[in-house]
Amino acid sequence: MRSIIPILTVVAAIFAIWFVGSFFMNKQWTLDQAERAGTTLSFSEVLADTMTQERPKLPTPIQVFDELWETTGAKVLDGKAMSKRSLIYHGWITLSSTLVGFVIGTLAGILLAVGIVHNKAMDMSVMPWAIASQTIPILAIAPMIVVVMNSIGVQGLLPKAIIAAYLSFFPVVVGMVKGLRSPNAMQLDLMKTYNAGQFETFWKLRLPSSMPFLFTSLKVGIAASLVGAIVAELSSSPLAGFGGRMLSGSYYGQTIQIWSALFAAAIVAACLVGIVGVIQQLTLKKMGMAQ
Amino acid sequence: MIWVIAVTIFWIAALGVNIRIANSAWGNTRAGRIFVPVLFGLTILIVWEGLVRGLQIPAVILPPPSAIAVRFSESLDILWMDFVQTFLKGALSGFAIGCGAAFLTAILIDRSPFLQRGLLPVGNFIAALPIIGTAPILVMWFGFDWQSKAAVVVAMVFFPMLVNTVQGLKETEAMQRDLMHTYAASYWQSLFKLRLPAAMPFVFNGLKISTTLALIGAIVAEFFGSPTRGMGFRISIEVGRLGLDMVWAEITVAAIAGTLFYGIVTLVEKKVTFWHPSQRK
Repeated sequence: MRSIIPILTVVAAIFAIWFVGSFFMNKQWTLDQAERAGTTLSFSEVLADTMTQERPKLPTPIQVFDELWETTGAKVLDGKAMSKRSLIYHGWITLSSTLVGFVIGTLAGILLAVGIVHNKAMDMSVMPWAIASQTIPILAIAPMIVVVMNSIGVQGLLPKAIIAAYLSFFPVVVGMVKGLRSPNAMQLDLMKTYNAGQFETFWKLRLPSSMPFLFTSLKVGIAASLVGAIVAELSSSPLAGFGGRMLSGSYYGQTIQIWSALFAAAIVAACLVGIVGVIQQLTLKKMGMAQ
Repeated sequence: MIWVIAVTIFWIAALGVNIRIANSAWGNTRAGRIFVPVLFGLTILIVWEGLVRGLQIPAVILPPPSAIAVRFSESLDILWMDFVQTFLKGALSGFAIGCGAAFLTAILIDRSPFLQRGLLPVGNFIAALPIIGTAPILVMWFGFDWQSKAAVVVAMVFFPMLVNTVQGLKETEAMQRDLMHTYAASYWQSLFKLRLPAAMPFVFNGLKISTTLALIGAIVAEFFGSPTRGMGFRISIEVGRLGLDMVWAEITVAAIAGTLFYGIVTLVEKKVTFWHPSQRK
């Protein structure tokens, strides 16, 4: 709790730097406009203009949050929550492919990890590649998957979900293998003295003790899934979702739109990681593992 | 059809060999630990090749590995040009600037517990966000060339590196710090002789995370605009022209570059943190 004041100070400092940055980055445009019009502006006029430009180099936090409100809350009040100009609509597109991909990737990852732990041949063949693949920029294949799947007639949510799944898959495999191997020799021996088979050892010892590892990987995985879905949206047509908003914003110089999409994505990411964190705490508490 | 049958037989044979080796005494030797994954990787390539030929999958959906290898060797000059643009100019300079800045920032805020308590949670929070989304903004600010890619990389690696370094600087025990105190060591002496060496495992953890992030940042930033060279540029252009063999060749380059980069950082880590339990044999 004693961290609250330092955190607030840091956040306040970030916003202060942001405002100052907006002023200095947008100043040039204002001065150019004034020069063209042949007028001179006082400092306060320049300041006011830099805060309210339509296509600023760096929009102020107020502009970004205004845009966020107009494209979410205000749309809901208008009853147009799912219109194409609403960030809720775009957010849902991104969120749905993120979640579908995350679930597929996590389940596949857990299955592979179970196989790796129980089968030595699988462990020796797959595990080095699973670890090596974490050093590879997998995201680079996103455009290819989207376009190839498009050419064989698969469109919409699925290609994006596959990329999201792919990105959450490897962290889960690596984390779960570590987790399923975390029981020590003493615990495994105890299970043996109870005459427990491999199946019972798995359900009653290995799986429960892997939970802390699983949740750590899930947090990494869900953030990676969201990034995967956003990058996949850069090459999907029609342009939609947070990635689509960013790309169309960058085509048309709509900086405020890019920033609001970025912030919305950040909020969604924070919420997703937060939800996994809450589930983690509840589960571990129930299992008597909470630190 | 003959291809499909052939690769199926090959696949079963290779699987059998791997299972035999893994469960024999060989499986615990160094040679066995290298041979099994290599055979597994080769099997995937051969099965891929056989299935693509046997089922006559068009090259615009999935080119066979042989076609990718041919394309790779034919366009070495283009691949090298893209590699220089994206990796050496964009990713590496961004990596150096971002990690260096984060390292210095960590040492600066190390003297202020107030800043640490404030920056660490914020840094942790930001490190989980999709920072790659700043790419369109930074491309607008810094132009299409490598400077904007380096800026994206800086934004991506800064916070993971900062959080790890700050964590590492806390790693010394009170007893060790007291010992330095009894030696009348100044702040800087105890920083350089005790706390920085103790922080190195964490610093390298941050560096290793950053290697992958740097490459991803540099490639994805090119999707938002770049000069007519670079790995991300080539991927998005060739995908549009359905030149998938070239896309796979670029992905191969990216994979090799990523693995080598990570490997080099790991080697340096071994040399620097030879004393750490995880590095002892």
